[in-house]
Amino acid sequence: MSQRTFLVLAILVGAAGFLMPQAITNPYYFYAGYIVLQYVVIATGWNILGGYAGYINFGTSAFFGAGVYAAAFLFKAFEAPIIVQIIGAGLTGVFLGVAMGYLTLRIQGVYFSIATLALVVVLETLVHNTDYLGGAAGLSTLAPPPSSWFRGQTQFVFCVMLVLAVIAVAIARWIEMSWMGRSFRAIRASEPAAEACGVPTLRMKLLACAISGGTIAVAGAPYPTYSSHVEPASAFSLLIALNALAMPLIGGTRSWLGPVVGAFLLGGAQQIATVTISSEVNILVIGLLLIAFVATAPEGLLGLGTAVRQRLRAQNRQAEKTA
Amino acid sequence: MLYLDFATNALVSGVALGSIYALLALGLAITFGLLHIPNVAHPAIVVTGAYAAAAVSARGFDPLLAALVLTIPFYVIGLAFYEFYARTFELRGRGDTLQSLTLFFGVALVIEIALVIAFGADLRSVSVPYVGRSLSVGFVTLPYRFLVPALVTPVVVLLLWLYLTRTHAGLALRAVAHDERALSISGINPTATKRHAFGLATALAVLAGAALIITGPVDPFTDRTLMGRAFAVVVLAGLGSIPGTLVAAIVIGVAESFVTTFVNPSWAPGVAFAILLATLGLRPSGLFGAAR
Repeated sequence: MSQRTFLVLAILVGAAGFLMPQAITNPYYFYAGYIVLQYVVIATGWNILGGYAGYINFGTSAFFGAGVYAAAFLFKAFEAPIIVQIIGAGLTGVFLGVAMGYLTLRIQGVYFSIATLALVVVLETLVHNTDYLGGAAGLSTLAPPPSSWFRGQTQFVFCVMLVLAVIAVAIARWIEMSWMGRSFRAIRASEPAAEACGVPTLRMKLLACAISGGTIAVAGAPYPTYSSHVEPASAFSLLIALNALAMPLIGGTRSWLGPVVGAFLLGGAQQIATVTISSEVNILVIGLLLIAFVATAPEGLLGLGTAVRQRLRAQNRQAEKTA
Repeated sequence: MLYLDFATNALVSGVALGSIYALLALGLAITFGLLHIPNVAHPAIVVTGAYAAAAVSARGFDPLLAALVLTIPFYVIGLAFYEFYARTFELRGRGDTLQSLTLFFGVALVIEIALVIAFGADLRSVSVPYVGRSLSVGFVTLPYRFLVPALVTPVVVLLLWLYLTRTHAGLALRAVAHDERALSISGINPTATKRHAFGLATALAVLAGAALIITGPVDPFTDRTLMGRAFAVVVLAGLGSIPGTLVAAIVIGVAESFVTTFVNPSWAPGVAFAILLATLGLRPSGLFGAAR
């Protein structure tokens, strides 16, 4: 796909979203679609660090929750409009990512992953102990009604999230094609080799942490408006960390399309499944899928597709030779 | 004088708490510290061990004695678990640490949810005669539910240390992460050695689980708060140091106990994490580890 086709497609998708409130009347579709799009942003953000640079973040829910609470804080303190909330959340995520990366990435990738695991517990403790943010009971964040064009709050946040998702995917695609993606791939393949070729590895890793952390936190920013109530249990939910990891791994981590495919498949399936099965079974199924993919298809569905195509081509060639 | 009173009590219960944390971290000190396999599922296995010990002690046995018997099935589970891990990654020549982290993370989740489905999400505890009573010496009071499991750790640490430094199998275990090829040249199968190490770590997890459930009630998600602590202990100790594990765990236990006494109990989960980050930032080789 050329740069121009992608841009036109991205703008079309965004514009289609703004027409949807006129076409579809049932707000449930926007309610469920918001979650799927939220996961598109989260999975895409995760993949910038996890897929391209190969550093696994287990604490996605910490970054997401930080975004949620940054937005909720800005709303409570200054009644800030949603765009300010999104920028504030993004900056919080960037700061968290750089801080975590600076402390742990100088040694070994494993430590980064372990530290992110613990970060969730710490941020949740912090919010629990902060009365201003509502503690364990949570905080009510009733946003003012949006423009009547959207016909409701749910439709409005859906469109906001759609724009965020399009921007996130565009950024991820741009990174993949540019010098940044090349250095990230070099780091993923071999850090000493990358360093020897003149890639400033630590700086690039911190850059990846910053972009990834910022993107994930941005995904949390519209949440207070979406649910009009935030609480630590849902903002720091394990399901977010798990999905952030599972979606790119199932879709494929090497390209921007992988997390999008994974988010639509897994996120969509969960939206359908939550109506019928319990959340425990939901987590169990994702956990088992995760193990199965890591063990048998580490390149995800897109990787499987490429492998199948290559095999078919090889078979065709074989057939031509014998014929 | 009241202040000194509080401080002494906090110190004593901190040492006991640290001793229990050391038991939690010992299995990880073997898998992560010696073999460099980041087994983030270890705390979940500890919680499974706690449930198993509780189930056996419900028939009238002491949980620690029950755990001692349970070490045998858990050792076998550990062997099987390593076999699965090795077949997925190491034997195929894909020793990617980050992918194996993902695998262990998935396993931890599956264990958590399996426990929820099998036993429900509520807290579980054991009833033993010494729970609820305390030892009082002067103004220092220590509940037996902390003291009894805390006394187990030094024994286990000593035995493990003797095993690793004095026996042939123990030396092989320490050598395997160091130089796998050299080990196979001297006629020892490195895969079998690693499998044995994993079995040992899993067997230690059931002891730690029994100690944990004597200390207080456990639910299927307890492993999440233990994760930070266990890794903080191993990293602070320095990878591969077994006696260091006990010292580091006591440092963290005392720090947590002081925060609980003088600041606020709800901040305690953050202490281990702060220590973990500080260690990684300031002295990544830990207190007793070799420079890496």
